[in-house]
Amino acid sequence: MAKTLIKSLTASSSSSLDFVDGTSDVVMDNTYPVYEFHFVNMHPATDSVSFSFQVNATDDAGGDYDTSTIQSTYFAARHYENDAAAALDYNTGFDKALGTTYQVLGEAGNDNDQSISGVLALYDPSSTTYVKHFTVSTNFSHPGDITRNSFIAGYINDTTAIDEISFKFSSGNIDAGTIKMFGVS
Amino acid sequence: MGLTFISSQTASSDSSLDFTSGIDSTYNEYLFTIVNYKPVTDESKLGFQVDTGTNTSYGQTITSTSWKAGHAEDDGWSVLSYNGDEDQAQGTALQRISYSGESGSNEMTSSGTLTLYAPSDGTYVKHFTARVNTQYQSGSDKYAIDNFVAGYVNTTTALTRVRFATTSGNILTGTFALYGVS
Repeated sequence: MAKTLIKSLTASSSSSLDFVDGTSDVVMDNTYPVYEFHFVNMHPATDSVSFSFQVNATDDAGGDYDTSTIQSTYFAARHYENDAAAALDYNTGFDKALGTTYQVLGEAGNDNDQSISGVLALYDPSSTTYVKHFTVSTNFSHPGDITRNSFIAGYINDTTAIDEISFKFSSGNIDAGTIKMFGVS
Repeated sequence: MGLTFISSQTASSDSSLDFTSGIDSTYNEYLFTIVNYKPVTDESKLGFQVDTGTNTSYGQTITSTSWKAGHAEDDGWSVLSYNGDEDQAQGTALQRISYSGESGSNEMTSSGTLTLYAPSDGTYVKHFTARVNTQYQSGSDKYAIDNFVAGYVNTTTALTRVRFATTSGNILTGTFALYGVS
């Protein structure tokens, strides 16, 4: 397995970080069967907001990332810094049942040292036959001084090719952070 | 570029394996692969700690989670559960990443990965994720135990070194490799 760096985007008070096939050297087509997005130290401008992603299919090019339906699961391990609680839970508030809003990846605090890091894998986005599976693993500093290790997976319930992906916080800007897009072959 | 090999070490009854170079601002993400870890002392768990500068105490503050999925080879048992004894709340101990370690049969080992995000960053805590699978034996029964550990080293000081060690005794065998992700 080889990973090829396609594009690196660094936030600076950005409303979102978007990777669009054919724009700014981004390739998201049938060149690779799997694409990975490695996000490191995504820091929100606003406290207690959720880092999240959504996609556009080719029949909604340049759209508002609000029409692709996502079916997903979300579970996480959590542990308070003060040891008040620790658990592994399914989180019904963050999964989606054919929802079209951004998929939550984790809720980061905006203390100066808090952030979220992780990897999202998107499988065969250029397929015109199958739904588009994705898997995500993150670790983040929750605003309540909790470490949370979240696992999200599911599929974009669309047989149309996907060639645009957007990352943002649920409110406010991405103050800082880097997302690197890789092709996996 | 993708993955760039930096260095590797192979254990031979070592008390620890320390990676003291190659961890800096060159990469935003570092990946350790752990292949066929085996301890000298049976049921000794593999763990890691980190340090800053040229320090060697390897006692940085960690808050972490730990959970596992397990399945018996005879199909008589399976589990998905949180490991309440393996996590840390602002602790400074060796962070365990394998469910166990088998010194018995030659074929029984543990393998997996540890990812360390932006260790040289001077602003944020240092997130990490690890996943290590162990072939575990209790009595005559054998199991696959898939262990997941994650958290953060609660410091904004740059990390420069990583130590792998066991909870008891030495590391008998195992190859540990360090890669930069770019």
